[in-house]
Amino acid sequence: MATGHTLKAFDQDLDQLRASIAEMGGLAEAAIADSMRALVNRDVETARRVIEDDKKLDALEAEIERLAVQVIALRAPMANDLREVVAALKIAGIVERIGDYAKNIAKRVSAIDEGRNLKPLSLLPEMARMTGDMLHSVLDAFAARDAQKAAEVCERDKAVDDFHNSIFRTLLTFMMEDPHNITPATHLLFIAKNLERIGDHTTNVAEMVYFAATGTHLGERERGVDSLAPRS
Amino acid sequence: MNHIPNDAAPKMTARDVSVFYGAKKAIDAVSIDISQEHVTAFIGPSGCGKSTFLRTLNRMNDTIASARVEGQIALDGEDIYSSGMDVVQLRARVGMVFQKPNPFPKSIYENVAYGPRIHGLASAKADMDGIVEKSLKRAGLWEEVKDRLQESGTALSGGQQQRLCIARAIAVDPEVILMDEPCSALDPIATAKIEELIHELRGRYAIAIVTHNMQQAARVSQRTAFFHLGTLVEYGETSDIFTNPRVERTKDYITGRYG
Repeated sequence: MATGHTLKAFDQDLDQLRASIAEMGGLAEAAIADSMRALVNRDVETARRVIEDDKKLDALEAEIERLAVQVIALRAPMANDLREVVAALKIAGIVERIGDYAKNIAKRVSAIDEGRNLKPLSLLPEMARMTGDMLHSVLDAFAARDAQKAAEVCERDKAVDDFHNSIFRTLLTFMMEDPHNITPATHLLFIAKNLERIGDHTTNVAEMVYFAATGTHLGERERGVDSLAPRS
Repeated sequence: MNHIPNDAAPKMTARDVSVFYGAKKAIDAVSIDISQEHVTAFIGPSGCGKSTFLRTLNRMNDTIASARVEGQIALDGEDIYSSGMDVVQLRARVGMVFQKPNPFPKSIYENVAYGPRIHGLASAKADMDGIVEKSLKRAGLWEEVKDRLQESGTALSGGQQQRLCIARAIAVDPEVILMDEPCSALDPIATAKIEELIHELRGRYAIAIVTHNMQQAARVSQRTAFFHLGTLVEYGETSDIFTNPRVERTKDYITGRYG
């Protein structure tokens, strides 16, 4: 688009909406990375801070909702502007949810002491890095209205799903070897599941970004291997 | 891009219509179908030609000496610019409502009865009473004026005057109603009443409306045509035009980036 709105205050409202989404994304990304660092380093203080900081995400989500409703009421956005405001509204809800998953990981840090020596623990930071990168890319795509980049993020979710499935199988073998492993392995399994969910939610964000930018929905993509599906 | 929704039998068709005011080309090769079932809205910035185009549909431009129309416009397949076309009869079949309510300085009753009388649609007084009542009812004005039909039409409020003008257009039993910014002189309540009226009249008459108010186009129409610099830029389903226009110029206009 060549020019901004004739009414400049409208551009300022939209800019503020995008800035708040970017801020939420930064906080959620940090929450994922910090919760994982707390887990690996047995750092209860960092875990506590992640839990505490989740309130900021909740507050930002409420602020974005307020602003989006205000833009709809006062500016009557049309076409791509309308799609963008609706996308911002939905993305804020999803990113808030991602924050909740990171918080849940942080909550398990103090409970997981016996799981230190379980090998899959060392795989989780890599999985967390993948999901964090996806979230980072998708928020960049939103800022740049880049449909292509959003579509690429969707492709990357398959690798996260595969990661989750592989950790799931490994943890099962640990549990079968020694029943003492069941409690810590279950915690690790939930953490892997949280990261897998973050990947899925990030994919939803990517779909919203794609829709906001193009006005059409992203086609059904190929999904990762579903560990719950019956084996053929 | 002259995208024409595919209707089985459009009420009016325009093909390659150009309009000149003297040497100046005001409309450039516009092709469009006006459907019976849908309300069609014409939007676009001032001077884009949307009103000029609307006025070609019942030959109102004939009254402007320097205006010249090229191309073909048909009503039910019949060329309205052919030499055999009776313009008075055409304007009865294709009625018009203007921006500013313009009732005759006569009674409410006479405002509505005038058209049917000159067209010889009613012989007995009872017939005429029936036409006046039916027209005022269809225009949503009957309940407000039935006890004072002999009062002057100009004594009504602006919104009532505009509905009186719609009743006047309806009275000659038209097939198409053209509206040129019918609400721009009205307050929001009177505007809502006219918009509701447009909904009620939809289907019975083919309706084309020119409006500067894009929210109004979104509210009342099922088809929207965007004009810019005398050309038809985009024509399509109203819901598509306002959520996902195909042409960059349309998008810039409806999102408030034009100019």
